[in-house]
Amino acid sequence: MNLVLRLAWRNLWRQPRRTWLTTGAMVFSNVLLVFMISLQFGMYRLMIENSLQAFTGHMQVQARGYNDDKKMRQTVPDIVALANDLRTELGSDEVAARATAFALASSEDRSYGIAVFGVEPQFEPNVSSIPGLVRDGRYLDSNDAAEIVIGAVLARNLRVEVGDELTLLGSGKDGSFAAVVADVVGIFDSGVAELDRTIAEMPLGLFQDVFYMRGEGHQVAVNAPRLGQVAELRQRVAGLLPAEQDLVVQDWDALLPGLKQAIQADISSAVFMYGVLVILVAFSVLNTQLMSVLERTHEFGIVLALGLKPGRLGRLVMLETAMMGTIGLLIGALIGGALTAWLGVQGFTMPGMDEMGAKFNLPSRLHPEVTIASLLSGPAVVFLFSLLASVYPALRLRRLHPVEAMRAA
Amino acid sequence: MNTLRILTMLAWRNLWRNHRRTLIMLGAVVIGVWAMIFMTALTMGMVNDMIEDSISVLPGHVQVHHPDYLDDPNITNLLPLTDDVIAETFESAGFLAWATRIKVPAVLSSERESRGVTLLGIDPQREEVMSFVDYGAVEGRFLDGPDDAGLVIGRKLAETLETELGKRVVLMSQDPDNDIADRGFRVVGLFSADVQAYEEQYVFAGKKTVQNLLRVGDRVTAIVVLGDDYRNVEPVYEKVHALVDDGVTVSRWTELDTYLGTMLRVMDGFVIVWVIIIFLALSFGLVNTLVMAVFERVREIGLMLALGMKPSSILGQIVIESMMLLVIGLAIGNLLAWASIKPLESGIDVSVVAEGMAMMGAASVLYPQLRFEDVILANTVVLILGFFASLSPAWRASRFQPIEAITKVN
Repeated sequence: MNLVLRLAWRNLWRQPRRTWLTTGAMVFSNVLLVFMISLQFGMYRLMIENSLQAFTGHMQVQARGYNDDKKMRQTVPDIVALANDLRTELGSDEVAARATAFALASSEDRSYGIAVFGVEPQFEPNVSSIPGLVRDGRYLDSNDAAEIVIGAVLARNLRVEVGDELTLLGSGKDGSFAAVVADVVGIFDSGVAELDRTIAEMPLGLFQDVFYMRGEGHQVAVNAPRLGQVAELRQRVAGLLPAEQDLVVQDWDALLPGLKQAIQADISSAVFMYGVLVILVAFSVLNTQLMSVLERTHEFGIVLALGLKPGRLGRLVMLETAMMGTIGLLIGALIGGALTAWLGVQGFTMPGMDEMGAKFNLPSRLHPEVTIASLLSGPAVVFLFSLLASVYPALRLRRLHPVEAMRAA
Repeated sequence: MNTLRILTMLAWRNLWRNHRRTLIMLGAVVIGVWAMIFMTALTMGMVNDMIEDSISVLPGHVQVHHPDYLDDPNITNLLPLTDDVIAETFESAGFLAWATRIKVPAVLSSERESRGVTLLGIDPQREEVMSFVDYGAVEGRFLDGPDDAGLVIGRKLAETLETELGKRVVLMSQDPDNDIADRGFRVVGLFSADVQAYEEQYVFAGKKTVQNLLRVGDRVTAIVVLGDDYRNVEPVYEKVHALVDDGVTVSRWTELDTYLGTMLRVMDGFVIVWVIIIFLALSFGLVNTLVMAVFERVREIGLMLALGMKPSSILGQIVIESMMLLVIGLAIGNLLAWASIKPLESGIDVSVVAEGMAMMGAASVLYPQLRFEDVILANTVVLILGFFASLSPAWRASRFQPIEAITKVN
């Protein structure tokens, strides 16, 4: 082994208790960081996937301004043809056209205001999980039958079952009175309370007739194979839109701004907490290294007098910290990774998870996943700040005067 | 008594023998304590805002409904009591505030758009103290009384419906026989709310007007009662319970909004976990400092023991030294936390993530809340756990064999 390395290693173990206590602080923070970061990012991914999968989709083609105002007359003209073109050009079936309106839905003895969507029964299952989550009955299968599929909570509130009739009253695109009687053919249970309580789906063809849409619609939902490919696909879709119409592609964070912002707000408070932990570890390292330098004033004086450059002594101190940091990083990442992996198998829950899960589309048992990033990012920052903390003790050595230092007790 | 004074003096002087080390440790304690209190104040502020906002929407701390209403908020589930009977029993009971109201789903249409909304038929004077709407800040005017024929809607809803003050809109709902009940209203006021979703969801009309529209006579769907403190609803709950019979359901706000009820408990728990985690991160440094301090003084501790000082005094001396360090750190940390929270109490603007905060149920301005009990909690945890953390090095020091200790070469 290199002489300097060996020297640093031995110096480290002159005070084993102190070294272990300092390493302990690192291990403690690292374990916490690995676990928390894995849990957090796993949670975000689930939140995004569950929210988008259910209905919204990764992106939507809409008329400009529709996303802000959601007005009925902000339409995409000839929407079925546009959806067909996109399917052909993209070579993907994960494209589906929709139109939407608000209506008063009345059953035998109840009436509720709901959002009713006209969908393409053939393609809707490719962009939304709702068709697959029909609990009673079946999903829509024809493009113009007088059929409707509604959410489980809405069905309960309206007191309807599969086979019952539902009357919808609303206004058409031109402001005229719109009404239709449709058979409830299916009831879905998506697990997203908002959707189960407020929406109904009917065939797009029927919808366009009832609400006087003249072939128009409001959104074309498009899914990418993975969340990571959304930006790229969005570019392609934007390039395929007919230039003469004022259409835009909105990606998921524009469609559900709350989701991304909730994540951002959560990340900022987490960064503050992690920052405090890291700084406390840095203080611990600073204290230890300063003590270990001060203790050795006498011997440093001797080696300086023998001709060693102060810079090399400084590097020696940094090397000691790096060794300590490496031990802390390895043990911390190991324990943290093992703990997280174990909880990943066992599942992890905390008090209140049921209610919070319902709010953010999360299951009540989380399974954190260890990834390289979640395993190493936290400990790497701890390592870096430990090194930074020992810069001051290392720099002090440059001011050391050999003769005075040797006289020190 | 005298021993204690000597020990305290010794501890104080020992503390400053290596002032650099003490100052670094002090710095760590100060930052730790500051972070504990600062973060707690932010969290508590957020939870408090969320709960107050949500209670002002409910509104009130305790509500009375028909047993089926909460599961099925429909006009058929009316309270089996008339307005007069309710007024008679509740007026003399001495609540801070109470009101009766009708709350049902409805559809509101302008010439251009329709939206699903929640219709509130209220008695405006009675609800003023508990409502989320600031009557004075309403554009146009708020409702005059239960007979008011106008409609007050949210600013955002007016925008989406493309309607404005003075314009007519049509409100549709159902009566108890499920016949469509609809009526034209003139928009007389536009309200704003901290949480934008409220502006889209709620519309206010006079209680009598709504009773006529829905053909329910003088019946209502809810009695809402406000207490003094949302953390202590039991007395109000008991009192309301005693006033009504078994034919109705009495609910606390924690049951009406289970998400927030849970958040309150989870956040109280989070604060304790946070304080303990920070303390643990600190404790490594604290124990380290003490171990070093003892290590440097092996010979003099041996000498003191040989001269007849009791081991318990050695132990006391080191524990006192550690507690002094913590107390100074706590004092500065508390002061720093106070100084950093005070200027922020007028509100931190987090509107860049407004819709995210709304998703969590919070408004876009965060008001940190420095609560005395949270400060006490942080200080107590640090002192008590600090005491136990310093026992181990101190105990080791008190067990030194005098001869071995004196002859030890550093």
